[in-house]
Amino acid sequence: MMAAAIECRGLRKTYDGKVEAVRGLDLEIQAGECFGLLGPNGAGKTTTIEILEGLLAPTAGQVTILGRTWQAHQRELRELLGISLQETRFSEKLSVRETLELFASFYRRPRPAGDVMQELELTEKAESWVGKLSGGQKQRLAVATALVGNPQILFLDEPTTGLDPQSRRQLWEIVRAFQRGGGTVLLTTHYMDEAQRLCDRIAIVDHGQIIALGTPAQLISRLGGHHVVEFATSGNDGAHQKELWRALPGVDSVHEDDGMLLLNVREPHQTIPALLAAVESQGSQLVHLTTRQASLEDVFVHLTGRHLRED
Amino acid sequence: MQTVRTASPEVQAQGPAPQPARSLPGPARQNGRWAGYGHLLLARMRELRREPEVIFWVFIFPLLLALGLGIAFRNKPADVAPVAIVSGPGAQRALALLQAAPQHAAIHAEVLSDAQALKGFRLGKYALVIEPRADGSFQYRYDPARPESVLAQDQIDDALQTAAGRHNPLATSSRISSEPGARYIDFLIPGLLGMNVMNAAMWGIGFALVEMRQRKLLKRYLATPMRRSDFLLALTSSRLVLMLIEVGLLLGFGVLVFHMRVLGSVAAILLVGTVGALCFAGVGLLTACRAEKIESVSGLINLVMLPMWVFSGVFFSYERFPAAVQPFIKALPLTALNDALRATILEGAPLTAQGGRILIMAIWGVISFALALKWFRWV
Repeated sequence: MMAAAIECRGLRKTYDGKVEAVRGLDLEIQAGECFGLLGPNGAGKTTTIEILEGLLAPTAGQVTILGRTWQAHQRELRELLGISLQETRFSEKLSVRETLELFASFYRRPRPAGDVMQELELTEKAESWVGKLSGGQKQRLAVATALVGNPQILFLDEPTTGLDPQSRRQLWEIVRAFQRGGGTVLLTTHYMDEAQRLCDRIAIVDHGQIIALGTPAQLISRLGGHHVVEFATSGNDGAHQKELWRALPGVDSVHEDDGMLLLNVREPHQTIPALLAAVESQGSQLVHLTTRQASLEDVFVHLTGRHLRED
Repeated sequence: MQTVRTASPEVQAQGPAPQPARSLPGPARQNGRWAGYGHLLLARMRELRREPEVIFWVFIFPLLLALGLGIAFRNKPADVAPVAIVSGPGAQRALALLQAAPQHAAIHAEVLSDAQALKGFRLGKYALVIEPRADGSFQYRYDPARPESVLAQDQIDDALQTAAGRHNPLATSSRISSEPGARYIDFLIPGLLGMNVMNAAMWGIGFALVEMRQRKLLKRYLATPMRRSDFLLALTSSRLVLMLIEVGLLLGFGVLVFHMRVLGSVAAILLVGTVGALCFAGVGLLTACRAEKIESVSGLINLVMLPMWVFSGVFFSYERFPAAVQPFIKALPLTALNDALRATILEGAPLTAQGGRILIMAIWGVISFALALKWFRWV
């Protein structure tokens, strides 16, 4: 069997002997996969990805990339990886083309800068100074510097944080195109929609540990139901009656969030009429009712009782 | 986005048909050993050229400084000595004698009341006060701490004695000689050159490095196959290129504007400049090896440079400092650089005579480089 593209075992990182950023993390990412580390800010995603990138030394644990280790094959690995850090400010007084050619010059067999610029829709900005680019263009340049070395694995740390929706979709296309060409992608994000749409598999990270791992569909199905019914009633609060709601037909689990009751449901068309009847029999009224597809956000809330983004 | 992996038209001209990027290692461009170094140096030079502040501080500011100081301290004909004569009996006699003396053109005398004369003397308006005494003699009031006062006393005494009929027993004569090479501007320009080599290396390397560290650009470079030695080498080389331009500009300026005479060979001057630039590149690297914020490195850079601005004989000779501190002053790299530049430029001293100074710079440079590499923080 072929070795995994990225593999780590028992990864730990402790800062200054006390802060434990990563607390025993195992991963195995296959070649050609787009893998996402999803978690809230401060979960240890960046520390994990930087250890895998060979930029941070782990306190304990082993890392193998394409069958090689950082200790023994540092330079060889650098040729094979393309890395975009969470926040890099490139020299403002160099043009896009000059920046890409500079990065290309570090690799033995880079791609022509013109190709990469065209692929990332930066050709128009080729001669513009980096300081004059928009946020989305800067982020595309960051990914371009990672792609210009013609890598086999692309590491992206929070690639779309702070970008407008259009720029985000543009970046997703770039990642998909890289993957179509046979590349492996590891990205971190705290946007659940990004993870859901872009990643083949996801590891949900919290407090430096993986708390769930699988394809987006698997993770959501682990909730029990694929649908979420969200409602609130007038009068006595429904929270004390969780057992009542749990007993409704088709309901897999119940939890409360911000004054709402959330039911994870397999068959909404069976649950909703029963729910309406139950509310009526209590003599209270519905003040809110929506149904939607379950998302990774629901998975995260289900697992931790918190939201991914607290803003 | 279906065609994302095809080459753009202008690139197609270089290679064969568009091909998937990661396919067979075809005739794609292959980078040689020094491609990274070359591009790093090129990028650094481009950045510097596009930074108007750099152009000003590195090239224009030293020229303005040389021009300003060169004009302020240009060698002037000896000033007229202003003296006050305290009014009273004898005052008119003193005045008459001074006017009759052969040196009368270089003396300006006024008769004033005692209080006015002393006040003017205190304020520096008069260099000397002549107080006629009851017995017909004159008393000079002068300040030994004021060079012009000491000079005036000699000059006035000479004038009075000659006018009163003194005969010099020995025949002497004088000839005027103010050669280029001994003027203040000649002293100043090599000093400015040395200071500029230091300033530019400390800011151009130290500050630039910390800025790149703060921007996480150093970390980003580290995530590529870039050789760290190439990066540091490129940064240092960019200093050498700028040093060549600085030397040319300042010396050219001195020669054209102040008719400075350069006695040393261009090769020797550039060699001394190169050793100096490398030495301060090392010191700059060491200063910046740990700092994470540009604010902290700015303070450090000034802390390192300030003693050398004062002690290393940029604007005035360090011989003015007490003998006890001379060995320390001479051990400073900027002192060695300034001395070596002055000896080479002004006296045409051969490099073989500069061994000690070059050694001092080499020691500073090598130790700084070694420590900087040991302690360097890339991320």
